[in-house]
Amino acid sequence: MDDSIKRSYEKYFRLNRLPHLWCPGCGNGIAMKAIVMAIEKHPELNKDNTVIISGIGCSSRASGYMDFDTLHTAHGRALPFATGIKMARPDLKVIVITGDGDCTAIGGNHFIHTCRRNHDLTVILFNNNIYGMTGGQTSPMTPQGKKATTTPYGSMAHPLDPSALAKAAGATYVARSTAYHVKHLADVIEQGLNNHGFAFVEAIVQCPTSYGRKNKMGSPADMLAWMRDHAVMKAAWDKMSDEEKTGEKFPIGVFLDTRAAEYGDEYNKLIERLGGARS
Amino acid sequence: MKARLMQGNEACAEAAIAAGVRFFAGYPITPSTEIAEAMARMLPKCGGKFLQMEDEIASMGAILGASLAGMKSMDATSGPGFSLKQELIGYGAVAEIPCVLVNVQRVGPSTGQPTAPSQGDVMQVRWGTHGDHPVIALSPWSVKETYDTTVMAVNYSERFRTPVILLMDEIVGHLRERVELPEKIEIYPRRQPKKTRAEGYQPYEPDYDLVPNIADFGKGYHIHVTGLIHDETGFPVGSPEVTERSIRRLHEKISRVGEEIIHTKEYFMDDAEYAVVSFGGTARTAYEAVRRMREAGKRVGFLRLITVWPFADKAIERLADKVKGIIVAELNYGQLVNEVRRAVAGRADVALCGKYNMKAFEPEEIEAAVTAMMKGGKA
Repeated sequence: MDDSIKRSYEKYFRLNRLPHLWCPGCGNGIAMKAIVMAIEKHPELNKDNTVIISGIGCSSRASGYMDFDTLHTAHGRALPFATGIKMARPDLKVIVITGDGDCTAIGGNHFIHTCRRNHDLTVILFNNNIYGMTGGQTSPMTPQGKKATTTPYGSMAHPLDPSALAKAAGATYVARSTAYHVKHLADVIEQGLNNHGFAFVEAIVQCPTSYGRKNKMGSPADMLAWMRDHAVMKAAWDKMSDEEKTGEKFPIGVFLDTRAAEYGDEYNKLIERLGGARS
Repeated sequence: MKARLMQGNEACAEAAIAAGVRFFAGYPITPSTEIAEAMARMLPKCGGKFLQMEDEIASMGAILGASLAGMKSMDATSGPGFSLKQELIGYGAVAEIPCVLVNVQRVGPSTGQPTAPSQGDVMQVRWGTHGDHPVIALSPWSVKETYDTTVMAVNYSERFRTPVILLMDEIVGHLRERVELPEKIEIYPRRQPKKTRAEGYQPYEPDYDLVPNIADFGKGYHIHVTGLIHDETGFPVGSPEVTERSIRRLHEKISRVGEEIIHTKEYFMDDAEYAVVSFGGTARTAYEAVRRMREAGKRVGFLRLITVWPFADKAIERLADKVKGIIVAELNYGQLVNEVRRAVAGRADVALCGKYNMKAFEPEEIEAAVTAMMKGGKA
């Protein structure tokens, strides 16, 4: 049986906390599993040296189901907490799970500056294009024209592209995938875990209950099929003309994979330079 | 002991490091900035970490994170920043994360009068974050006491696993005095789990003192920490019983120690018929006012609160049984005075000597308030 469908990776979950609270057909479980599929590929990572931190929202309930040291913070604030943990314990692998509202609205300032400092964090944004937990309000990543309870006539603003923002702000690894492309999603997260710096992965997930229903996108399977039909691998995307890039098509893949000074490393160098006192 | 000339804010930073603080995150704001600047200079020299964050909220989040990972942590701010941190102060209270937050008060509301002295955050310290929560707040009146109360704040935060507020003001923060710092201080170590996972360890199981021994992250306990109301396992539970039990324990872990953490100091109280109550920088002026009145043969005493929260009910009750009238001198429109009235419960006259015009008190103003009360007799 294929890895992506068999009941597997149980050891990474708190089975007594399951079943999860996500709606039937929600894509968050797929993204959560992709994270542990990526961790599994890193034999140096285990439950003792890996920390999972989340904000508030549907996405951020994932931390409670995952059997590591886990931290469910306040709305928008996962990255500051993660920054503190990483600075205090650079030896820990710190993974952050956030959502489109959590990361790009209320947590937007933290997102910019955590990218800028290039802290060694792996951030996975579950993008369902809407505020799910509160019942379907518009988020900064709701596409223009799409409906939500607070944009009943369609969203008027241009949606935010966190990948472009992360690149501009100083992240050193930026990628996107979808809940349809499970294997690809796990691969880009796995690659993100290799990055020694701020790694950002946008995981597009379906929200059939709020976003899908408001925008007549059909069943969860229909929404996954929509991802299949509209996602374009980066290599192909780069060859497309500007006319072809219009409409709802979007690129997936690794947009940036580079190295730059990591804040904690620089700080440790400073401590050494000042005498390396440890008292 | 070596004597030094030191500023209140500097004393706070030095004391924090002496008490074991190794992580500071902050955001520039007058009149607290010297604390951050001193920490930026000193922390890397002792293996600690300093971060200037993107905003006040991030600073508070970062210290909570660092504390969860085992580093004693502190943040310092003033009025506008203190307002911004309120949600995460509540997070620290409910998730039981030790940390110290310094608020060097200035005139508000809003941007107010930067950066004139004020004591207008007395009630925000108590009730600023939403919901029912306990709070410990200490307010020093001198540079030396800033050192001592900072150490105390760090120790209390660790002992009770709760954010502790050091309620400073511009007067003390920017004051320079000769101080002799202690060579050795007592440090409350980070609480450690008393059971292994195999023995059924539960991170939020209260110890004998009602405080849980929550494992630091990265120690192999695989704990879950959340701002949702949770049971002993640390996981959220939507039950009325657990909610009631959790909120009650948060309060009782502090209230059970009673007077032990409520520090006050009495001056000139023998045969006093009237008393001044004050705290922080204003207490300096109040002391001088009472000293002068004693010199003039007036039977006036002085009670100084070092612990502002929990409120010194017992000390005020004792005072109410002893004197005819109490003047509460505070640099605001009247905040602590209402707590004093509550504790006095009609047993003595209580009046406010308040001020909110950017200026610290002059002793004459407090003397005048006491004299007016003495002339007016018991209301």
